[in-house]
This record gives sequence, structure tokens and C-alpha cells, in this order.
Amino acid sequence: MTFISNLINGISLGSVYAIIALGYTMVYGIAKMLNFAHGDVIMVGAYISFCATTYLNLPPVVSVLLAMAVCTVLGVVIEGLAYKPLRKASSLAVLITAIGVSYFLQNVALLIWGSAPKTFSSIVPLDSIALFGGKLIITVESIVTVVACILIMILLTLFTKKTRMGKGMRAVSEDKDAAELMGINVNVSISVTFAIGSALAAIAGVLLCSAYPVLVPTTGSMPGIKAFTAAVFGGIGSIPGAMVGGILLGIIEIFSKSYISTALSDAIVFAVLIVVLLVKPTGILGKKIMEKV
Amino acid sequence: MVPVPSNAIIPERDIDKTPILETHHLGIDFGGLTAVDEFSLTVGRTEIAGLIGPNGAGKTTVFNLLTNVYQPTRGDIILDGRTTARKTAAQVSRMGIARTFQNIRLFSEMSVIDNVKVGLHNSINQSLAASITHLFGYGKSEKKSRDEALELLDFFNMADLAEHQAGSLPYGEQRRLEIARALATHPCIILLDEPAAGMNPSETTELMENIRRIRDNFHIAVMLIEHDMNLVMNICEGICVLDHGKVIAKGSPEEIKSNPAVIEAYLGRKKEAAEDAEG
Repeated sequence: MTFISNLINGISLGSVYAIIALGYTMVYGIAKMLNFAHGDVIMVGAYISFCATTYLNLPPVVSVLLAMAVCTVLGVVIEGLAYKPLRKASSLAVLITAIGVSYFLQNVALLIWGSAPKTFSSIVPLDSIALFGGKLIITVESIVTVVACILIMILLTLFTKKTRMGKGMRAVSEDKDAAELMGINVNVSISVTFAIGSALAAIAGVLLCSAYPVLVPTTGSMPGIKAFTAAVFGGIGSIPGAMVGGILLGIIEIFSKSYISTALSDAIVFAVLIVVLLVKPTGILGKKIMEKV
Repeated sequence: MVPVPSNAIIPERDIDKTPILETHHLGIDFGGLTAVDEFSLTVGRTEIAGLIGPNGAGKTTVFNLLTNVYQPTRGDIILDGRTTARKTAAQVSRMGIARTFQNIRLFSEMSVIDNVKVGLHNSINQSLAASITHLFGYGKSEKKSRDEALELLDFFNMADLAEHQAGSLPYGEQRRLEIARALATHPCIILLDEPAAGMNPSETTELMENIRRIRDNFHIAVMLIEHDMNLVMNICEGICVLDHGKVIAKGSPEEIKSNPAVIEAYLGRKKEAAEDAEG
């Protein structure tokens, strides 16, 4: 029974990683940049939802929608102010800017909300489900998380495969210049990608803090890095890859916590990443990058 | 200096005698190097024009200037009466210019029909607001664009390949798909960069037929860069010869064939050739 309960917890944690990893992977696919501030957008989303429920007494669903709206705007603004002027700069400059944005967000959150941890109340205040006479307990949060993850995955796949905007985004990610010559506004495509990624980050923030209810300004950074790892693990640039990478990473983390060592779990997670990259450098579902010689 | 004929060849069949594309003293420098200089040209509304010249003459650079991939250092480009200065490549594409590439650049992970749809979707103005509102009228416009995409593929006898992955097509079909994708943006002029490269003679004959059909069906101008002189002399009505970034001759195929400057650019001067033979 412990095994099954660990597995469920792992999938649930992995689903959160997967939702965050989608933001990393989509932005990388289109803008070919690593947005290290993505993790901190999660934290902002969680704080917005926290404030909406605690101070404004809004219902949980409304608070999530509000967090998504704020994060969408935040993502587009970050892209427009910090990354857009660097569109032609070296990727290193963009990377450092992203790290700068990350610290900026953390410190602004510190100024607004202070360093004292906030206790996040779950957005699904329902009792856990006990099965097999109480031997197996499944929290409602983990069910909601997994369902949300699957829904997001389906919607996102439909969006990129079927809609005009989505096709434009795929075209930009394959060949930016050719796409531009087809009349696609590359800047719009990039903004929309940031908007979607940030809205997903808000959802991830709320789900994460519902399961692990301590909210501080650095809440987003560790899950952010792990989700980035998950994106690389699954093959960065690939949407299904982010999903597979996220869920596998969540399962590995929970299993190593419960069977090996709590303290070493993060080390094990990253060790697995190193091994995977040594064996398959493009990640599990990553595409081989063809280089012209 | 070689006398350059300045008169544009506007085909008799064009009712609107104004050119679709004009360039005036176009030039671009890369660092200290002048890649293209004093490039002046006019293309009629339904003209098939050829741009030829030895390797490294700057032909693809001209295409990159015309599509605003490069911003010119000097001169203007007038597309259908409007200047393309300070426009992005995407905006110029929407103004009515489309192109293919020397080395095929399809969206190879996408299906054949999706490649065409990418061209179709963006021929209309694409703002963020328009993209979002578009999501709501999804079904109707999706059907319309699918029909139009299939029609275009059918024009190139490729309708049965619609659901194949673009990257998995044989070479010749990828070339045709690239032309179909360019036509999907509803251009008034299409630029073809070495369309016959790597084709066998029968494929080249088919390509010539297709280029004429494109002009006749869509009533647009075609401008092509090509090394296959048989193709160029057969289908082009006006030819412009470029060497070392400068126009050395302009005129009809007959004029070009007998132009001493062109022969010199391609074969070298007689004296040099004699010296080479001695050395």
C-alpha cells in the first residue's frame, strides 16, 4: 500500500513539475531562450491566489483565475521589457537577464509580502479519500493536480495542432526566418507563448502550495529548477517531453525520499538527470538537432 | 562601363502598365564589403523575370533585400506602388511578396497541409487581438482554409499527400510544396531561389510548365534565380544579369545571349582565357 500511495504522490508532484516544465519548454521552443524567471512567476501566482482568498475572501476558483490573469500580464510584460530588446543579443546575455528578472521578482515579493512564511489554504478544502479501510489515503489535491495536468496537456496539444495561432507558433519554433517570410508576426507568437506559459505557472503555483502549504518569496525557485530539469530530462522544446519528464521526475523524487533518504532525494534526482543526458543528450523525447555542415 | 538598358519590359498583356516591383539604386554593405550596389530593376505585373549571374554575384542577397530579411544600406524598393522601407519581413510578406529558398526551408515536422495553412492564415492581418477572436469563429474559418489549402495542393498534384509529414516527402515534392506554401500567402510577386536546383531534365520541364501555370492562373509576377540557362532562356521574358553585386546587363533572352559583357562575366575575357590556357 505504501508503494501505491508513494506512486500517487509522485505522479501528483510530477504533474506540478510537468505544468511548470511546459512553460520552460514552450518558451525555449519558440524563443530559444531559458527563462529562469519562470519559477518566480509560480510564486507570484501563489501569492496572488493567497491574497485573493485571505484578504478579499474570494472563492478559490476566482482566486485561481485572478492569479492566472495577473501572471499572464506579468509574463508578457517581462518578455516585452526584459527579453524583447535582447532578441538579437547573445544567448548568454538573455540568460543572465533571466536570472536578474528572477532575483528582481523574489525581492519585490519580499518587499510586498515580507519574509514571514504565509500559510496557504488549499483551494480544494475537501477531506482526503480513504480506501481499503484507511490503508490508502488519497488527497483531493493530488487528484485535482493530476486531472488539471491531463486537461492542460490535451488543451495545449489541440491549441498547437489545430489553431491558426498554434500552427504559427510551431512554424516559428521550426524556422523563425521562414515563418516571418510567411507573414507570421514572430513577436506576437513569442508574447502569446509567454502568456500561456505564465498562466500555466499560476496554476502550478496554486496546486503546489495546496499540497505544500508554506509560501515564501523563494517558494518558486526550487520547483522552478526541478521543472527545468524535467524539461531537459524529457527533451527541451517538446511538449509531450515536458509531461513525461515532469512525471518521471516527481516519481523518482518521492520514491527516493521514501525508500532511500529524504536528505539525498534532490541529489538523486539530479544524478538521474546526469545519467540520462550522458546516455541520451537530447532527453527522452527530444529531437535530434540537425546541423548543417 | 557597359551600357545598361533602362527601359522596363512591361508585357503587352498587362492592362495595368505600372510595375509590380521597382528598385531604385538599391545597395547593401556588409562591414566594408559592398555586396550589392546600384541595383535598379522593374518587374511587370505578370512578367516572368530572371536574375542570373555567376556564383557569389549577390543574387540571393537581392532576394533577401526584396523580402526585407536584410535592410538595404541605400536605395528604395517599391512594391505595388508602396515603399517597403522600415517594414519587417512579416509586413512585407503581407504586402504581397513571397519566396522560396535555395536550400528548402519547409516546416518539416508539420504536415503538408499545415505548411500551406501557415501561409494562408497569415495572409490576412495578424494582430494579437485578431488571433484571440479568431479562436471563437474557429470551425468556419478552419473549413475555409482547409479547402483553399487542398485546392492549392491540387494545383501541384499533391492533394493526396496532404496528411504526410512535409520532411518525409521526396526532394522534388518538397520543392513544389515550398512554392505552394509561398502562393498561399496570396502574393502579387513570387521569388523563386534556384527552383530547378537538383532536378533532372524531366522534372525541370515540369517546373517550367508549373511556373507558366502559376503566372497564368494567379496573374502574378514571377522572379527567379537560376543557373539552368535552358530554363531561364525558355521562360523568362526579362533577364537581369548580376556580377560582383552590380547589374551588368538587362534585356530579353535574345539580347542577353548576345551581350558581350554577359559572355565575359560567365566565361572570362578572351585574353585572360588565352593566358589561362598558356599557364
